[in-house]
Amino acid sequence: MAAPFDQNDDSVVVIIGSGAGGGTLANELAQKGIDVVVLEAGGRHLPEDYVNDEWDSFAQLAWLDMRTTSGGWRVARDFPNLPAWIVKAVGGSTTHWAGASLRFQEHEWRVLSEYGSIPGANLLDWPITAAEMDPWYAAAEHKMGVTRTNGIPGLPGNNNFKVMEAGAKALGYQDVHTGRMAINSEIRDGRTYCHQLGFCFQGCKYGAKWSTAYTEIPAAEVTGHCEVREHAHVLMIEHDDAGKVSGVIYADADGNHQRQAARVVAVAGNSIESPRLLLNSASAMFPDGLANSSGQVGRNYMRHMTGSVYAIFEQPVRMWRGTTMAGIITDESINDPARGFVGGYEMETLSIGVPFMAAFLDPGGWGRSFASAMDGYENMAGMWLVGEDMPQASNQVTLHPTLTDQHGMPVPNVHFTDHPNDIAMRNHAYAQGAAVYEAVGATRTFPTPPYPSTHNLGTNRMAENPRDGVVNKWGQAHDVANLFISDGSQFTTGAAENPTLTIVALAIRQADHIASQMAAGTL
Amino acid sequence: MTHQSQLRGLSRRDLMSRGTALGAAFVVGQGFLLHARTGLALETQALDPGTMATLVQLARDIYPHDRIPDDAYLRAVAGHDERAAGDEAHKALIEDGVAALDAMAESAGASGYLGLGWEDDRVALLRQIESGSFFQAVRGDLVVSLYNQKEVWPLFGYEGSSFEHGGYLEHGFDDITWI
Repeated sequence: MAAPFDQNDDSVVVIIGSGAGGGTLANELAQKGIDVVVLEAGGRHLPEDYVNDEWDSFAQLAWLDMRTTSGGWRVARDFPNLPAWIVKAVGGSTTHWAGASLRFQEHEWRVLSEYGSIPGANLLDWPITAAEMDPWYAAAEHKMGVTRTNGIPGLPGNNNFKVMEAGAKALGYQDVHTGRMAINSEIRDGRTYCHQLGFCFQGCKYGAKWSTAYTEIPAAEVTGHCEVREHAHVLMIEHDDAGKVSGVIYADADGNHQRQAARVVAVAGNSIESPRLLLNSASAMFPDGLANSSGQVGRNYMRHMTGSVYAIFEQPVRMWRGTTMAGIITDESINDPARGFVGGYEMETLSIGVPFMAAFLDPGGWGRSFASAMDGYENMAGMWLVGEDMPQASNQVTLHPTLTDQHGMPVPNVHFTDHPNDIAMRNHAYAQGAAVYEAVGATRTFPTPPYPSTHNLGTNRMAENPRDGVVNKWGQAHDVANLFISDGSQFTTGAAENPTLTIVALAIRQADHIASQMAAGTL
Repeated sequence: MTHQSQLRGLSRRDLMSRGTALGAAFVVGQGFLLHARTGLALETQALDPGTMATLVQLARDIYPHDRIPDDAYLRAVAGHDERAAGDEAHKALIEDGVAALDAMAESAGASGYLGLGWEDDRVALLRQIESGSFFQAVRGDLVVSLYNQKEVWPLFGYEGSSFEHGGYLEHGFDDITWI
């Protein structure tokens, strides 16, 4: 049967979410001839619709449904209802991501073995090895057109990169370049090359950056095996008497409840919505939430150790011109406990415009000190610091006991407190970031606190042993064989690298597994 | 909000004659606020014009950019008047907040907040109320309503969107020379 599919058709794979995980899985399955219904909570926005204006774009794309926060993180104080800056649209957060596409390092697949037990940290080795992931990473890099792979040249460096590069070299860093980016440096795959717009976070109006919104999703749709339903917000996953998932209930654009039957359900709503949905799908058979016999659904919420360093120089930099994440220093990404923490971090250029700089440089800050920093905007360079944070069982997404959203579904609360290892790493990163800029004449530097989370990970973690996690090495729920997790919430640990490439690689691999299991009749 | 205009058919000179000076910058009268130097006039809907004049100074004290003119600050706080017109609680928050600020200044011997001539003296009062709901409401709104005005971006050197010009690729994305 060709798309669109009947709501009672129980032969389809239902995928919840259309971002890096869901969008990729949908296309991979559709290419294999498997019928897929994608339920996307947001609407469809394409490059011609994107707005190169920070707040206008935020209003257009960001996930703004009610959320609450708790814990020691500063986001809970400064942005109590915005724990994460992610997207509600077809394409999910691949609309908004910067494009950095880095493989995990070998040891980052087995950090419990590598780092040993860390008090307070719920460390675990992934049930997958680096060697197993190599071909899937290669497939993801080819699909996404990652620069510095597949013979694709690197992007040219912009002003912001040139400042960071000069500082890095002055400081003795070795591995500094314009990154491995899923942004076309030349025409490829029917999409043009980067025109250095400077609004990567607002959706790429040239379509040069890979986003499932205009790559995987239309490629899936054209097969006739994929139907995308927009403004379809899934509220609950249903199961049958045997404990297999059988369909999902969703609110449509008018708020009416609909049911879609399913042979397989894959959850890819990002690490806040995915556990929220499982927890909200509790039943007599699954009283603590669907697939939650381990008690790990919602736990181990990770958001990467992050922070930024901005610096003012005597002369203009004009960092906003060009690629937002225009280059990287990888020297600090190694695990070297002599620095006072385990794991490592990447240093990646970042720029934000005046409106967002005012909101994020020092949230809540005011007065002459703050204003004079803003007065230095034209002469500013900036970098983002992103490193491995420690999974902690108490960092957790839960259902709010009283507040509900526009569909009557309990809102998620995101509880997060830094682990001492995260704090030690951030302090090191702040010092090194400032040193990079001071090496080339910065007159003032700003250790800028973490923004609302863009990398949300770990809340349905993968574990060999069903006691330790929610899904197995295929992202398949230990408790429910035809339920899969296909987004970053399946991450066992976070590694230092931006997560999208790994999410995509895991989705390609998962599609292969689902297809073979369906062919074998075991799914 | 009315820019450089004649309110109710009244010229700037008429308005000045119908109002009284408030601080150095503003003339206030029944339902209007006039910036004396520029002639920028605001017809208030709900808030006392004197309150609006104080909000403008408060906004400048929160984010003091000496190269940004008063009209940008006035535009930035105008939303409080609009919101107060349909929201009694917000109106009370702003009016009471400004009244409390004036009272603090008066106990320090000044004729209200605008009577404090030095920014440092005004900021000293603001530090005492910065965690309160009035200050937070004003600052939280202002961080967007001031810095999101395209009119002020050039004062920070910020150029914003380049899509209309084909991107920064041919417009200086890598033109730095001093590094």
